[in-house]
Amino acid sequence: MDGWIDFALGRYNYWIAIILMMTGLYIVYERGNLVKKVVGLNLFQTSVFIFYITIGKIAGGTAPIYIGGELEHGESGGEGEAAGEGALHEAPADSANTLGDAVSPDVNDKIDNTTQSLHGKIINDFPANDLKAGLESIKPPADASASLHTAPDIDAGKIANDALAAIEKPPALALDLSDTSLHGDAAANAMGEAAHQVSEVIYSNPLPHVLILTAIVVGVATTAVGLALAVRIREAYGTIEEDELEALDHIAEFGEAVTVSAGAAS
Amino acid sequence: MNLAAQLAVLPVIIPLVAAPITLLLPQGRAPHLWATLISWLTFAVSIALVSMVSNAGVISYHLGDWAPPLGIEYRIDMANALVLALVSGIGAVVFAFAYRSVEREVDPRQSTFFYCAMLICLTGLMGVTITGDAFNVFVFLEISSLSTYALIAMGAKSDRRALTAAFNYLVMGTIGATFFVIGIGLLYQATGTLNMADLHDRLAGQSNRMVEAGFAFIVVGIGLKLAMFPLHLWLPNAYTYAPSAVSAFIAATATKVAVYVLIRFFYSVFGFDFAFVGHAFTYVLLPLGLAGMFIASLVALFQDDVKRMLAYSSVAQIGYMLLGLSFATVEGLTASLVHILNHALMKGALFMAVACVVFRTGSHSIQAFAGLAKRMPVTTWAFILSGLSLIGVPLTVGFISKWYLLTAAFAAGHWYAAFLIVASSLIAMAYIGRVAEMMLLREPPSEGPYAAAKEAPMSMLIPMWVLVAANIYFGVRTEFTGDMAARAAEALMLVAGGAP
Repeated sequence: MDGWIDFALGRYNYWIAIILMMTGLYIVYERGNLVKKVVGLNLFQTSVFIFYITIGKIAGGTAPIYIGGELEHGESGGEGEAAGEGALHEAPADSANTLGDAVSPDVNDKIDNTTQSLHGKIINDFPANDLKAGLESIKPPADASASLHTAPDIDAGKIANDALAAIEKPPALALDLSDTSLHGDAAANAMGEAAHQVSEVIYSNPLPHVLILTAIVVGVATTAVGLALAVRIREAYGTIEEDELEALDHIAEFGEAVTVSAGAAS
Repeated sequence: MNLAAQLAVLPVIIPLVAAPITLLLPQGRAPHLWATLISWLTFAVSIALVSMVSNAGVISYHLGDWAPPLGIEYRIDMANALVLALVSGIGAVVFAFAYRSVEREVDPRQSTFFYCAMLICLTGLMGVTITGDAFNVFVFLEISSLSTYALIAMGAKSDRRALTAAFNYLVMGTIGATFFVIGIGLLYQATGTLNMADLHDRLAGQSNRMVEAGFAFIVVGIGLKLAMFPLHLWLPNAYTYAPSAVSAFIAATATKVAVYVLIRFFYSVFGFDFAFVGHAFTYVLLPLGLAGMFIASLVALFQDDVKRMLAYSSVAQIGYMLLGLSFATVEGLTASLVHILNHALMKGALFMAVACVVFRTGSHSIQAFAGLAKRMPVTTWAFILSGLSLIGVPLTVGFISKWYLLTAAFAAGHWYAAFLIVASSLIAMAYIGRVAEMMLLREPPSEGPYAAAKEAPMSMLIPMWVLVAANIYFGVRTEFTGDMAARAAEALMLVAGGAP
């Protein structure tokens, strides 16, 4: 039972998307008013935007806007495994190097292990708490890294996360990070500091954001065309109620037929 | 940077850049001439691409020089080279044809916008066909769809029902496109990539609920766009009330491109490793294809509006294409591709003949066709010849399609499908025969609105007869379409992983 609740709550973004989607479709289906139909359609499309953004979200990750630090891997990682084995192995190695002396050799091994296990992981497996963690976005990366977000897109950001989790063990470094969290009121500040230390900023996957920017443009265009058509229909028919439009068309096509049959029925 | 290396991007770039320029031109003849020139240029580039692909194999063009899995790739193999040539070819003919028809059927204040929207629609269709990126398909699909909604609504000058038809198409089309995006999103979630070839590699062996849901969303979304039988409700009104030139253009291209996208996703993205493809073929496409070609043909038989009749006939013909590809054999896929090409030729010619009649009589009701053989003989014979092609009489392209389809049906062991194909062709004979009887045997009306009909102007007749001639030419010389389609089908089948 508990498992079910966690399962449901952990995916609340998806539930919102599904509810919006169904509401939108229902409005399109049920409402006779053309403007309401367009609005329903818009709602339906918006649910897909939320769905895409949810895909791209990484717990503790910031918006995919460049905020300094060495970001080569963070950027190229957007494609996840697509970027190839190379990128996957490079990213943790890089963060390990910049951590420098604080990292003992066996941590390096651990990082390698993490990467290995990443490859083996079933990529659709969501831990239930990933989204909860995502909610509390103002959190120092040390905390965020405790809840590993295994979004299906394995990208460098997440690997850095994993690497952090592995590195957390050495006490010196853990102290360092918690220091940061003490005066890390602003998320950006904490992120900036973390960027200097780990030289990796955790970004949400930028690709879904970009895709949705495109889809939003398409959605706006669709709504505009739909409303423009509603205006034209209103000019031509004098109404935007679907059943009245059908009745008018019926009269136009069959002349008096509709009134006669209506008279016969009554 | 030489031109040949950039050739692959030109079929999209040329009309895209030309479309806004159209708006700057003075009203009158100029926008039409410009759009026609552009469509011919696009056609020339497409033909060059076909010959390049035919000689040198698959072309992969990296947009902005970003390497494929990350960047957007335009990928042209035999299958989409053929569809590219088809779409731009129909475009080239219809653009040349459109001027007089548009002058009559579209508000003159809108004529500049009309050609602009036509070019955008061409851009979208070419883009859908050429791209190797799944999300890119959605964007181009919506570019073409949005311009089509506007184009259909321009029929409001002759009939205000064009507006409601466009609105309903907008609602259905947007739902379809959004389903498609959801499907793409799920696939992206499962694989982390949007490149079609890369998707294919990563989906191999993945068969979980998420991929299955994505597959279902994509099939239903594209099914709406291509008017798969029970999802075709938007199509008859849209084709009937659109300006005739638009009907000719979208009937010949838009649904064909959607069928191509379906083939691309079935064969190149999912492949037969993915068990759902086989199920979809057996339990969805095959029965719906058969039902569509039969029921829609029957409905077409009882239409008193010739454009609406042809629209229902289009739904039926899409049934043939779905049937061919659902056999999951090289022969079936070849038949499907051949029919995509051939149906575009015949439906384009038929709608153009109707456009000529509408130009002279102002109506597409079957009454307007009475005795036209005496008044408009050239148009009448164009209609009848392309009608024969639709039925599948030997020496026309329709026969080639049916031949490939029947062979494939027997080879796949679906003898009952073969029987139904022939039966539905007989229904086609009945509904084309009804119009032909009206044109040939009735006396032309001596009074009333249709009495003054005379032959359509040359600017309409010549492009129309180019298409009719293509119907005959490719019906006699089958090696071009048949062999090309067979090569395309073999290549697709190879990627898909052979028979299931």
